[in-house]
Amino acid sequence: MSQSVAKPLVELDDISIAFGGIKAVDRASVDLYPGEVVGLLGHNGAGKSTLIKILSGAYRRDGGEIRIDGETATINNPRDAKAYGIETIYQTLAVADNVDAAANLFLGRELTTAIGTLDDVAMEAKAREVMGRLNPNFRRFKDPVKALSGGQRQSVAIARAILFNARILIMDEPTAALGPQETQQVADLIKQLKSEGIGIFLISHDIHDVFDLADRVCVMKNGQVVGTAKTTDVTKDEVLGMIIMGKCPPGAIPGPGAMRA
Amino acid sequence: MAEQNAMTNSANSLTIEGNPVQRFLAATEVDTRLLGMVGALLLIWIGFHFMSGGLFITPRNLWNLSVQTSSVAIMATGMVLVIVTRNIDLSVGSILGVLAMLMGVMQVEFLPRMLGLGHPAIWILTTAFGIAVGALIGGVQGTIIAYLRVPAFVVTLGGMLVWRGAAWWVTSGRTVAPLDTTFQLMGGGPAGSIGSTMSWIVAGVACLGIVAYLVYARRQRRRFNFPLRPVWAEVVLGLAGCGIALGAVAVFNAYPWPVRIAASYAAANDIAVPEGGLFISHGIALPVLIAIAVGVIMTFLATRTRFGRYVFALGGNPEAAELAGINTRWVTVKIFMLMGALCGIAASISSARLNAATNSMGTLDELYVIAAAVIGGTSLSGGVGTIVGAMIGALVMQSLQSGMVLMGLDSPLQSIVVGLVLVLAVWLDTLYRNRAK
Repeated sequence: MSQSVAKPLVELDDISIAFGGIKAVDRASVDLYPGEVVGLLGHNGAGKSTLIKILSGAYRRDGGEIRIDGETATINNPRDAKAYGIETIYQTLAVADNVDAAANLFLGRELTTAIGTLDDVAMEAKAREVMGRLNPNFRRFKDPVKALSGGQRQSVAIARAILFNARILIMDEPTAALGPQETQQVADLIKQLKSEGIGIFLISHDIHDVFDLADRVCVMKNGQVVGTAKTTDVTKDEVLGMIIMGKCPPGAIPGPGAMRA
Repeated sequence: MAEQNAMTNSANSLTIEGNPVQRFLAATEVDTRLLGMVGALLLIWIGFHFMSGGLFITPRNLWNLSVQTSSVAIMATGMVLVIVTRNIDLSVGSILGVLAMLMGVMQVEFLPRMLGLGHPAIWILTTAFGIAVGALIGGVQGTIIAYLRVPAFVVTLGGMLVWRGAAWWVTSGRTVAPLDTTFQLMGGGPAGSIGSTMSWIVAGVACLGIVAYLVYARRQRRRFNFPLRPVWAEVVLGLAGCGIALGAVAVFNAYPWPVRIAASYAAANDIAVPEGGLFISHGIALPVLIAIAVGVIMTFLATRTRFGRYVFALGGNPEAAELAGINTRWVTVKIFMLMGALCGIAASISSARLNAATNSMGTLDELYVIAAAVIGGTSLSGGVGTIVGAMIGALVMQSLQSGMVLMGLDSPLQSIVVGLVLVLAVWLDTLYRNRAK
């Protein structure tokens, strides 16, 4: 991957948002290249989920610019983000509990028949295909999602994100609710998607997960970016230092949140 | 050998196990909750039949029951969508009142002056006007709820007072009567029913529709190699559906016009009255036909369209629906517009039936409508409910009331019983749902 040559897929530039006087994200900048996994790290409340929700359209930023393929993007709601090929798997999963897996996969983008009615059969067929690839043991297509286990719900959420040829995938704690085997499945999936040229933001506070999967890490603290580094240039301990103390090691590019020496 | 057969079949048919009842329910994929409600309804009917000395299950009473249920049933179909999205509409009774008044003035004072008294277009213009104003009122309330974020309870509580006041204001409290003669037909009565031949035709069309739907659904499932119901289950479902349609029409046709009306009809049309009086069937009443049509359209809307899918997703998890890119606010506005439009249809039926528009029309209807939806299995915590359930719920409510009238119960006691039944029904439903988990 020659990042110096390739054009970044996403550039979040100088993004700020405040909730009632508290700066949840303060002039944060991060970018993402095609086929790259960028791990966003930080404590709870460091602002990583908030930053990413601005990209996915759930929050509206107070300041800063989002560029997709180098061009300024207008993202005011989740529909806008999806139009740019940005798909998100939320920490809370964000599935509608009372409808079945197929309905959730196609929520907001239902397949319709020639006369404009829902084509449930076609959607179920497609759902079976995608879920078969993702989680071959999944059989419960007719049950409402609330009847499913945590892992099964997670596979529904992931399937929804990859169903529509996403170019940019945001995964907010994708393995938080999963067992070891399912976590491994998600890891394999991330590698597969990456090889297809999809850019992935991976949010986690499990540093080991991130080091295994990410090409670069971006550490946030108190709403600011401490620094960005290639995972090959820093050690886990150095990254821990960034997370806990905001200390930027020599291998990383310092951000505005880096502790001043 | 039998086991082997079962194994090979299981790939292409549903796996069926358990005792015969469980097997039957699994094979037909019938909603057990709905079946329970129909059972409860039949119990109520049989109970009242004996307690009223054989007056309840008669063509005459059942026909009247169907007409009396129509208005609330129509509004209940909309209330299901409102409640499914975790909202409530307390203003439907008052909206019905103001729409009835507006439509009364429209057809009695305004349109006759423009088109001439008794013009055949009056009823259709009036009804369209009522539906449009209803949608507008609903749209205003929905916009306040969705975009200004005022809770639906408050907005519609305010609406309940506002529209009731507006209903009085239309004519300063004067009752508008009599209504346009064609418009009146929407209220039922001997002239407002379609007679025996047409009723049988309607039943025939319904049967064809049921069979066509079952065949279509089966073909669709086969196209994608999905599990199919056993053929016998399809046949049972088809027979049950056709049986209900034909049975209902048989009952409606067994209720003849009153002797006097039949006699004057015979005199006017030079028909010789045979010995023992002329037997002219009522058949299906127009308001019932309208209610059935509304039920079919609303079921289609709720289950086969994107709008319906969004309504349920929104009720199940509003945040997820929003994040999935659904324009949740606009969906909410549309739901309230639909509710208002349905109030327009219900107002037509109620005022046509009374042959007058009064400003107190529809008082307390909001509570009957909400009760019907809730008895019909709509969960107040959102996400769950069916149109057909709400319509059966409306029938249950009306059956209780009619039954108590037939028994000669005092009206205060009637309210007490209805109130208790509502609480009991929801409690039973809670038990059922907890067990289903």
